[in-house]
Amino acid sequence: MNGFESHGIGIPGVDPTELTGWLIVIEGTDGVGRTTHVNRLKAHLERLGYGVAVTGLNRSDLASRGIRRAKQGNTLGSNAFNLFYATDFADRLEHQIIPALRSGFVMLTDRYLYSLIARAIVRGADPVWIKRVYDFSLKPDAVYYLRIDVPALVPRVLAKGAFDYWESGMDLPMGADLYESFIHYQQRVIQELDLLATEYHFHSVDATRDLEENADALCAHVSELLQSGRRNGRRRIPPP
Amino acid sequence: MTMQVRDPSTSPARSYGTRASPLAGRLFIVEGIDGSGKSTQLTLLAEWLKAQGHPVVFSEWNSSAIVRATTSRGKRSRSLTPLTFSLIHATDFSDRIEREIVPSLKAGAIVLADRYVYTAFARDVVRGLDPSWVRSLYHFAATPTRAFYFRVPLEIALRRILSGRLKLKWYEAGMDLGLHADPRESYRVFQSRILIEYEKLVQEYGLGVMDATQPVEVQQRILREAIAPHLPEPRGEALIHERI
Repeated sequence: MNGFESHGIGIPGVDPTELTGWLIVIEGTDGVGRTTHVNRLKAHLERLGYGVAVTGLNRSDLASRGIRRAKQGNTLGSNAFNLFYATDFADRLEHQIIPALRSGFVMLTDRYLYSLIARAIVRGADPVWIKRVYDFSLKPDAVYYLRIDVPALVPRVLAKGAFDYWESGMDLPMGADLYESFIHYQQRVIQELDLLATEYHFHSVDATRDLEENADALCAHVSELLQSGRRNGRRRIPPP
Repeated sequence: MTMQVRDPSTSPARSYGTRASPLAGRLFIVEGIDGSGKSTQLTLLAEWLKAQGHPVVFSEWNSSAIVRATTSRGKRSRSLTPLTFSLIHATDFSDRIEREIVPSLKAGAIVLADRYVYTAFARDVVRGLDPSWVRSLYHFAATPTRAFYFRVPLEIALRRILSGRLKLKWYEAGMDLGLHADPRESYRVFQSRILIEYEKLVQEYGLGVMDATQPVEVQQRILREAIAPHLPEPRGEALIHERI
């Protein structure tokens, strides 16, 4: 099999079967260490000779400023936020991810539609509806889910500084203060990510374990995936 | 007569127009291509309703303060694709539904919308997106009390628009679709395809059809007669009488 499949509908002007790169997703809640793993993976794959590109939520040219401005004032309706994030996602898909895949790059994405679906459901969106919104997205080659529980997450967030307003779900009626709200919000997000992990067949990584060990295992797993794909003629990546 | 709206937090529905819950106000909308005269008619309708003492709220397409800056940015840089064009307009609409239209309807206002979901259903499908996906995007939208499609032959609408305007905007003319190198020709082809989609929507959603070639005052009389049975007892007028 060559190229990609979409989750549901096509994108005008895009033939997903022409995309020869790889789409690798790192998922997990806030503060779980995604960025570290993305950076390690990037360096590892580049050493092997792969072209690697990186993207992450809210990094589009089109919508990232608007989303940041809307978050500052908490002035956008909750459903509008869901669609604003979908706009940002679509802009990155078409202007960053698809061009990279067309050039045969390995695209590492720090979170994909799954975190967006989880945050929307926790904020009251209909799960069927929000998944349908993302029907235009490409199915990734692999999703690595950095799984953690809230008690293990708290010291990591504290080590980085204070609790973030949005990562604590303070826009929701979830608790009297940031700490309480953070606990409840993150529990709900993780609960939803767990459900998505089953539905979309994530590779689960126990993020409470040693970071170095996890990083090595992840690098080994991804490079094996890429190499076996090449052996099977699944992608036309030039051999590293 | 009650208004209907879908609640995004509870609705299992996937598509626009399939589930309802009651609201106190009324929602009247006008649809049609540029140059169909729909905005003129809506303005006249608003004056009439206000004169009768109804609380009137206007909601215009593409007018959410927060979202509009992003839409403009995308249009300026011409980086909007059919997909992001669709999503950013749904974002704008969603913000207006949540913060403007539904609260006003709950408060019992007459909400007048210049363009509604049908604009997206027509344009986005012409731009190549899946019709059922575009409909599902808007499943949270309130169902209008009455919706009117201003039907006008393409040439009349074109004459009204092109005579007054020096330059057509890029997306307005459908230049992103590569239909024609000349903006006026591109606009013509783009609008003709939108007309075809509108006619499908008239059937699908039972939109009221206004013959928009008639004189302004004739259309206005028809419009007023059509909505009159749906109007609640005016409140403001009663108050004025009491004060006197």
